[in-house]
Amino acid sequence: MNGELVLMNNERRTMDNQAKNVNLGDSKKMTVGLFIPCYVDQFYPNAGIATLQLLEKLGVDVHYPAGQTCCGQPMANSGFEHLTHGCNDLFIKNFSGYDYIVAPSGSCVLHVKDHLHSGQEEDKALSVRGKIYELIEFLTDVLKVENLEARFPHKVGLHQSCHGQRGLKLSQMTELVAPGFSKPGYLLNMVKDLELVPLDRMDECCGFGGTFCVAEEAVSVKMGKDRVEDHLKHGAEFITAADMSCLMHMEGILRRKKSGVKVMHIAEILNAG
Amino acid sequence: MMERTHKDHAQLSDVFNEDEPRVNWHDETLWWVRQKRDRAAHGIPEFELLRETASQIKNNVLSNLSDYLVQFEANALANGIIVHWAANAAEHNRIVHSILEKHDVKRIVKSKSMLTEECHLNEYLGGQGISVVDSDLGELIVQLAKEPPSHIVLPCIHKKKEEIGEIFHRHLGTEKGMSDPQVLTETARQHLRETFLTRRIALTGVNFAIAETGEFVVCTNEGNADMGAHLSDVHIASMGIEKLIPKRKHLGVFLRLLTRSATGQPVTTYSSHFKTPRKGQEMHIILVDNGRSAQLGRKEFRNSLKCIRCGACMNTCPVYRRSGGHSYHNAIAGPIGAILAPNLDMKEYADLPFASTLCGSCSNVCPVKIDIHDQLYKWRQVIVQEGYAATVKSVSMKAMAFTLSSPALYRFAGKSGRLFLKYAPFAVSNQMNPWYKQREMPEPPAESFGEWYKKNRN
Repeated sequence: MNGELVLMNNERRTMDNQAKNVNLGDSKKMTVGLFIPCYVDQFYPNAGIATLQLLEKLGVDVHYPAGQTCCGQPMANSGFEHLTHGCNDLFIKNFSGYDYIVAPSGSCVLHVKDHLHSGQEEDKALSVRGKIYELIEFLTDVLKVENLEARFPHKVGLHQSCHGQRGLKLSQMTELVAPGFSKPGYLLNMVKDLELVPLDRMDECCGFGGTFCVAEEAVSVKMGKDRVEDHLKHGAEFITAADMSCLMHMEGILRRKKSGVKVMHIAEILNAG
Repeated sequence: MMERTHKDHAQLSDVFNEDEPRVNWHDETLWWVRQKRDRAAHGIPEFELLRETASQIKNNVLSNLSDYLVQFEANALANGIIVHWAANAAEHNRIVHSILEKHDVKRIVKSKSMLTEECHLNEYLGGQGISVVDSDLGELIVQLAKEPPSHIVLPCIHKKKEEIGEIFHRHLGTEKGMSDPQVLTETARQHLRETFLTRRIALTGVNFAIAETGEFVVCTNEGNADMGAHLSDVHIASMGIEKLIPKRKHLGVFLRLLTRSATGQPVTTYSSHFKTPRKGQEMHIILVDNGRSAQLGRKEFRNSLKCIRCGACMNTCPVYRRSGGHSYHNAIAGPIGAILAPNLDMKEYADLPFASTLCGSCSNVCPVKIDIHDQLYKWRQVIVQEGYAATVKSVSMKAMAFTLSSPALYRFAGKSGRLFLKYAPFAVSNQMNPWYKQREMPEPPAESFGEWYKKNRN
């Protein structure tokens, strides 16, 4: 599995090697800037706390710059990328000093990777784009985690958040004729007593989609209901994902139907026990 | 045709979603097609190589389009085909009509052509007193129902067999309540047989036109294009100028991809080559631009012209499956329609690029590797910049951008009841709030992560 992961990330090999040296006790210890996306900060602090604790447990020198807000994606995906300069400059100011930037959200990371620009400091913007990692890929590709001290004795359904999966390639996509792999699955399999449930549609979108969730309310909700139903049908007690936004949407649907099934960010499961 | 409505995609989807069991049926029907596509694609190990090859051939075509068009025209003329050029839909329609007038023909038979849907040819000819019969079974059904197709490959996928039975009962005289597919299909065959035998002019679309030979290829599963073309005195073929491929040897790449992507078949039942008119027959090709040159000039969007109209992006699209083709109020629905339509009329179709979660599944199934979801994102930027976004949205986006540019404002907004996300809008628990209508709100925690961090780490 790890071999495949490495092959999938040829372009990052240089950085991986740097990280390896660091982990082997290089005198220059790497520093990681923790980016906690705005809605996680405001509504799901436990996902942020679990991310921080997990990285600390793994010996990472992790810092949370206090002046951070948002990656700018809510505006950009709505067609207002031209209004994101303020967010972009702030992001660069907060994070360009770190060796790596890690965030527990595939969607925000993908946005930064694809769309962060700067009027004055484009070289810094490019550097930030090259060193930002979603938490899961940071664990598998940079830290090369091979075991975790975690226990979570529950049936769990893994939701593949689209931007993490199709954007950052955290997992193979069912559309492609290519060998399968799953970075979140790889990590969840290290968690003691955790049982991953199968799904009928293993990588269909949940329908959150940023402002889509309110602009296209009917379709968004229907997509969410169908996703949730797939997990319930297969006996999941928890639905997890590498993106809290999908989970927030599905949680809203689960709670409305008074289901006992919970959502939980993958960092909380990897940090459990 | 369905009455043109000014409702946007979201409003039309609201209506579509009033009948949830029907949405489930629509979703599952198209998901079944997507699964057939997956099985067919996984059946040939070189599938991804084929996609890449097709993409590169089409890139070459787009970069040399004018040369290939001139080459194609010269070869087609040498083959005895009459070639017409149409700058837009109106010109295309007038050319068709002038050919009918020349032959004093009032009735034609037409096989499936999305280009003629795009040009609204049936409506135009109807206004000139010409009767058009669509000979593709699905097209015939929606034509009888006076609706536009809801899908480019499966035009009546939104209709259940009982509803088709009712349409046939009203228009073709089948027994009331009859919905047996075999009986209905046989009825359509008999009806079309009479049509094929009596029409002197047949119109077809074009799937591929080969610059090297001046021939064109029409793909159908029903053989209806062949029946029309072979029985008529005049064959008119309408094609968008992007349908070209350089050489005949490239055709195999596309034929292998087309139906695997569309319906999960290895190849269309009929892939018919038309090169020279048979003795006594007249053969016309109408090369139609209708916005394609403009799209070719849009650097970010030009590769949408690689599309071979397989419909795979519709079948995989979780939004399309749950909103139906008519919610896109455009001849071409789904993700590909949403990136083609704004080029034709940015104001009318300003809603379509937003009818997506940007999940990216469309780009992954596209047999010619169009970056559909990236283009949806880029169209959103263009549409907003051109001033087609709602004012209220612009104001809230500016307020949001202002708040998020300042850590102090962000913290303040968060503290005053986690109302930062009010711009989303999450603020109130009532039915007016589109989030709350069918979903509970996130429960605000006692403190934000930032507040927790300050207490516990610094």
